Amino acid sequence: MARLEEYKPIVGQGVLDDLRALAERLKGKTIQHINSTAVGGGVAEILTRMVPLFQELNVNTRWDVIKGGDKFFEVTKKFHNALHGRAEEINEADFAAFMETSIENMNEMQYFGDIVYIHDPQPIALIQKKTDNKWIWRCHVDVSNPDRTVWEFLYSFIARYDAAVFSSPEFSPKIPIRQFLISPSIDPLSDKNKELSEDVINMVLEKYHIKKDKPIITQISRFDRLKDPVGVIEAYQEVKKYIDCQLILAGGGATDDPEGIKVYEETKEKAGNDKDVHILLMPQNDTEINALQRASTVIIQKSLKEGFGLTVAEALWKGKPVVASAVGGIPLQIKHKYSGLLCHSVEGATFALKQLLNSSAYAKKLGENGREHIKNNFLITRHLKDYMLLFLSLYHKEDVIYL
Amino acid sequence: MIENEIKKAMEPFHFYTRLHLSELTGLKASNLPELLGLIKDAPDSAIYHHTHRFLLQHQYLSPEPPNDFAYWVTSALGDDRLGEKLASIDTMKYLTIRDLREKIIVTIESYLKAYPSSAKRFASENEVFYLIKCVSFIMPTAYIANDLREFVEILNKITIDSIYFHMFEARLRLERKSNDFSLWIESSIGDKDLADKILKLDPYTFTLEDLRKTLIQMVTKKIGKNYGQA
Repeated sequence: MARLEEYKPIVGQGVLDDLRALAERLKGKTIQHINSTAVGGGVAEILTRMVPLFQELNVNTRWDVIKGGDKFFEVTKKFHNALHGRAEEINEADFAAFMETSIENMNEMQYFGDIVYIHDPQPIALIQKKTDNKWIWRCHVDVSNPDRTVWEFLYSFIARYDAAVFSSPEFSPKIPIRQFLISPSIDPLSDKNKELSEDVINMVLEKYHIKKDKPIITQISRFDRLKDPVGVIEAYQEVKKYIDCQLILAGGGATDDPEGIKVYEETKEKAGNDKDVHILLMPQNDTEINALQRASTVIIQKSLKEGFGLTVAEALWKGKPVVASAVGGIPLQIKHKYSGLLCHSVEGATFALKQLLNSSAYAKKLGENGREHIKNNFLITRHLKDYMLLFLSLYHKEDVIYL
Repeated sequence: MIENEIKKAMEPFHFYTRLHLSELTGLKASNLPELLGLIKDAPDSAIYHHTHRFLLQHQYLSPEPPNDFAYWVTSALGDDRLGEKLASIDTMKYLTIRDLREKIIVTIESYLKAYPSSAKRFASENEVFYLIKCVSFIMPTAYIANDLREFVEILNKITIDSIYFHMFEARLRLERKSNDFSLWIESSIGDKDLADKILKLDPYTFTLEDLRKTLIQMVTKKIGKNYGQA
């Protein structure tokens, strides 16, 4: 795991000085993160990298995970889908199962935190153990258009927290507690984002039988309808009429997801026999994803819905020009025509791809701007800073705070 | 030796920094009358956020778009004429957020009166304006300048957040009327000429890195002129 000093060549000494100064002001406070899984998923991924950095900063941080059986996680999966606005059959028995496991966790969990930081809906009911300490609810989900029944159920817990955190202003609900905007981040030193040698990139291309003789358009995402892989192929097919190029659709995690396999098959079918379309169903391999992004001419993220869409930040960090849908947190990462191109349809994506493939200087400039924007706003060091400011804000009500 | 010739400041300059956290309000606007209502009722910290956010978050853009209101009116409502009016509000003219807010309100109200149909433009669902507040945390850094030479050395390495604080936030949000650098150079170094030159800069038309470079050039030139440096 990277040490704080290793970020200095990227963000500069001043940023590290600020982090240390903020950490100093949290001396004596214990921060306890609680979520539902130690591995897998975005929350676990970011906590895995952030917790050691907080500890290096001497911010006393611990991370606990709740327990739950299949039934509990079936219900929380339904909650997750319903919060995203998908119709789900949720009955009284589901709510009862959720509460039963929550009460078990409530009684088993030890609460050390001066600040208890609850991630996502799974552990939300633990708030009933709140004493005179501070509790934060971190919502990583798109709740811009949630199912009302589930939202009202969760609202009864949310209203008891001291503060809530959302990833995009779009997700901000009307709630009676303070709410903050904190975007997720990428780690520039992780396997997914660190610099790679040409040799490594070429080895990965060879492994997947991809030649560098034509421009490469790439979308990295799991095979999920909300990522619209079929729409990506449609856009590529339109572009291909004018520009000889190739397409990579790469993602993993679909093998245990029946719907994912179906979407993968539909995508294969749409691609037909085109040898320039590379559909890669890959196991989790961050270095390979990194290499595919770095080998690409243009990155596309044509999602129909996104929690945040960190693949956009990953691509921009690599200086790549990006075409992406204006959904979820993507407009925070791309200002149209300044740091990438936003689109709303297959036709829009097609036009943007043609523009970037035909105008290499423009594409290069967007990529450079994009990298700078990610450096200033979406790296893990900014995330550490925001979390510490959030913790400090719990002890101040005013808008200008002297530390 | 040049060191001996540099004038010592009567009081050292303590560099502070300012870090910010965005606080959501759950309030939003889809058209101009709704935006106007938000601006009228918003706390100062929200007006400050939406007129200064771009400076820190889009450091590579210079100088447009200068504020969220202008950007949103142009890009989401497609109203270029009002967008231009809002973009060209001279923030340097206003000494308080209250005055700046009043100017924005008057600009939108006059426009609605002149072009009533502009009230009927709506933003699409994913281009709604969300009102956000800025919570500022101000803290001292370890950097202290005792003279202009030390001052320029620190300007080279301090974060842009610190430069931002002393040039923008101190003047408008903390209502100090001038930027902190000019105040110190005039009162503690006694160099009114340099203080005035920095005061005359319109920092809103620079990227923050360009502003840093300009400040360094101005101070370096002054040291050279007064103390025989090239």
